[in-house]
Amino acid sequence: MASDGELKVTSPVESIEALTKEADSLKAKLEEERQKLNDVALSTVADRLEVITYLNIKPRRVLKGHQAKVLCSDWSPDKRHIVSSSQDGKMIIWDAFTTNKEHAVTMPTTWVMACAYAPSGNLVACGGLDNKVTVYPLSLEEDVSTKKKTVGTHTSYMSCCTFPNSDQQILTGSGDSTCALWDVESGQLLQNFHGHAGDVMALDLAPSETGNTFVSGSCDRMVLIWDMRTGQCVQSFEGHQSDINSVKFHPSGDAVATGSDDSTCRLFDLRADKEVAIYSKESIIFGVNSVDFSVSGRLLFAGYNDYTVNVWDSLKCVRVTLLYGHENRVSCLQVSPDGTALSTGSWDYTLRVWA
Amino acid sequence: MVTMSSDKSAARRKADSNNGSHAGGSAGYHQTTGSNEDTPNHLVYRKMEQIIEKMQDEASGVPVKTVKSFMSKIPSVFTGSDLIMWMMKNLDVEDQNEALHLAHLMAAHGYFFPIDDHMLTVKNDNTFYRFQTPYFWPSNCWEPENTDYAVYLCKRTMQNKTRLELADYEAENLARLQKMFSRKWEFIFMQAEAQSKVDKKRDKLERKVLDSQERAFWDVHRPMPGCVNTTEIDIKKACRMNKPLKSSRHLHLGVAGGRISPSTSDAEIATPLEQMKRHIAMLKQRLDRRNIKVSKVAEACISYFEQYVEYDCFFTAPEYTNPWISDSPELWEQEKIAKEISSRRVKRWAFSLQELLADPVGREHFIKFLDKEFSGENLKFWEAVQELKALPQKDVQDKVNEIWAEFLAPDASCPVNVDAGSYEITKKNMENPDRWSFDVVASHVYHLMKSDTYSRYLRSEMYKEFLNGSKKKTSVKGIRSIVSFSARKETATS
Repeated sequence: MASDGELKVTSPVESIEALTKEADSLKAKLEEERQKLNDVALSTVADRLEVITYLNIKPRRVLKGHQAKVLCSDWSPDKRHIVSSSQDGKMIIWDAFTTNKEHAVTMPTTWVMACAYAPSGNLVACGGLDNKVTVYPLSLEEDVSTKKKTVGTHTSYMSCCTFPNSDQQILTGSGDSTCALWDVESGQLLQNFHGHAGDVMALDLAPSETGNTFVSGSCDRMVLIWDMRTGQCVQSFEGHQSDINSVKFHPSGDAVATGSDDSTCRLFDLRADKEVAIYSKESIIFGVNSVDFSVSGRLLFAGYNDYTVNVWDSLKCVRVTLLYGHENRVSCLQVSPDGTALSTGSWDYTLRVWA
Repeated sequence: MVTMSSDKSAARRKADSNNGSHAGGSAGYHQTTGSNEDTPNHLVYRKMEQIIEKMQDEASGVPVKTVKSFMSKIPSVFTGSDLIMWMMKNLDVEDQNEALHLAHLMAAHGYFFPIDDHMLTVKNDNTFYRFQTPYFWPSNCWEPENTDYAVYLCKRTMQNKTRLELADYEAENLARLQKMFSRKWEFIFMQAEAQSKVDKKRDKLERKVLDSQERAFWDVHRPMPGCVNTTEIDIKKACRMNKPLKSSRHLHLGVAGGRISPSTSDAEIATPLEQMKRHIAMLKQRLDRRNIKVSKVAEACISYFEQYVEYDCFFTAPEYTNPWISDSPELWEQEKIAKEISSRRVKRWAFSLQELLADPVGREHFIKFLDKEFSGENLKFWEAVQELKALPQKDVQDKVNEIWAEFLAPDASCPVNVDAGSYEITKKNMENPDRWSFDVVASHVYHLMKSDTYSRYLRSEMYKEFLNGSKKKTSVKGIRSIVSFSARKETATS
């Protein structure tokens, strides 16, 4: 490549110009390469599949108890408990199957934005406007909040968190535009992840056997794939026209789906290094807050600010159905660990379980 | 203290031309422009306004008429059914439900409203609706203040007409505001009086329209109990808006942006030059990547679906009834007892080594196979490395040494076979050990297991027998013996 020489230019003013030029030509080349790979549309290949007509998803449970907007929820690995956090400053542990509340924990801040269940099911984490991530061991004997422990602190709000295959670590994303991996016991920062130029809104762990990578989505409209070991960004995707609110790996681990305020969902493939599908409709004008896949990856559930859940055929790129029920924005949704149900949380103070 | 900002906001008004009638300032509410136009709420406003524009098209829009009733006229209204019909024809909505839902949302945002109801919703019948004037669109006004609301309610009490009578909740709000602003109530009262005077000079029909539009504005910003306040902002987005604008907007390719974060030292904050260099390095890296074509991606996604459709409860009913539908937790209980392993569960073990190891019964069975082949150390090593990654930081050091001693050291008790290259890397890693020290060897070993032992396992009589046995719903005894066998094995080795 002709660029090798240019990198050696030392004068900063000159080289910035030269570098910008080089970057532009590289970008053009990259775009060209991408077009070459764009031999056929995903939906065209998926034409041979049968149209999905037989979905019969209904609300099966309504979880009432929060006194304000539900902002986040997470399934327990036991497939029937759910932790949810709300703007009333409460975190509730539900037995979603019976709809009983097992714990209601009052948070130090009323603005709890995110919560997560640990893989053991014995621990939950949450945080928000306090910039902190706090863990609560769950026990039936004593008040849960007596054993709470602050693990990490960001320089802005904590927007999302997850346990990466272990109760001993937490991965967080923050309004300070970084992600961070923390050691639960010592509160030590194991790794941090710089690269986003805007608030990080969502992250998801890769379902690969090693679990060394994760994806993050941000208000800078970028999707970044990270190597947890090195803290380096290994891949990036652009395309969204507004904030990315949700990212989720395809169950195969080879692609990620995103939901954005530009009212589209998209599918980015890691092996093709590009966007391969866009899920949108002219009549859908509200932003997407949360996305998740069914077990086979065929259905993409997306929760919108228009109070609905749209169910997309991820392969044919058409909407299969709409789930009505919530009376305000759908802020979070997640397919249960065994794929038997879909949980949704909303600004209407409730959570629902659909199957 | 508090100044009413009628003049100020009138000057800043965006939709001036649409608002001739308001130039006198019958109601002046705070407005802001510029900075918040990119917020998520404004994105939606813009899209709704595009639809409204089409709806208000004189030729192809929703038919707006003035209706005569008894002694009076109802100016500029349209019916719910006309609206829904128009939406069905002109928007890509699937059915009437979706059209109604979208209409309801647009009403809740105040773009049109039922002429005599505080509840901003739409029914597909002959109820009358009216368009909101752009002056009152949510995109044009910043969150109005309580003093403005107080003036408005106060003004309503001065117009002794039944249709303007305060609703119960409004009367309560007024009482509360009066208490809150007791000291400047006189000022509020005067404002209301002045506005009321201006209003009275207007043409009767024009007043009717304006009154209803102003009411609808407050129904959006101070909704009746039980109705959604659509102007609320997502708390994350509110935090974001309140922060100063971020730099490096032009760098749209995940390069380090030099953000403040828990451990960034000054040295790490890159200069533009360095940023650019990193940006270029990233681009080059991307150019060097070997990528596959979309057709390949499509085939992979489709075959993944075809392989897993049997396990996707939204497509195929699970072996026992879905607990959420049948209200019976049998499915989960059966899984826990592991009494009967269905053939479809065993079939899944053949999808990938990861699937096999994810199922406790599958893992046990594979261990049994490995023991028969005297190659159990590979899996043991791989699992030890996974365990290491999940440990608390303080235990990492010990575990690293333990793994080294057990599997890799020259005198290892349970040596694993690794290629020289990976071994050298790991040896070097041991100088500065961390939880990822063995990653290279572990992935090498995993690959070995996957391509060699695992494929032999799948071809083995052992797996086939298990698969065939499971079809007839394997007896309790069968599985128990496997579990106890491996349990015995484990105690023996430890």
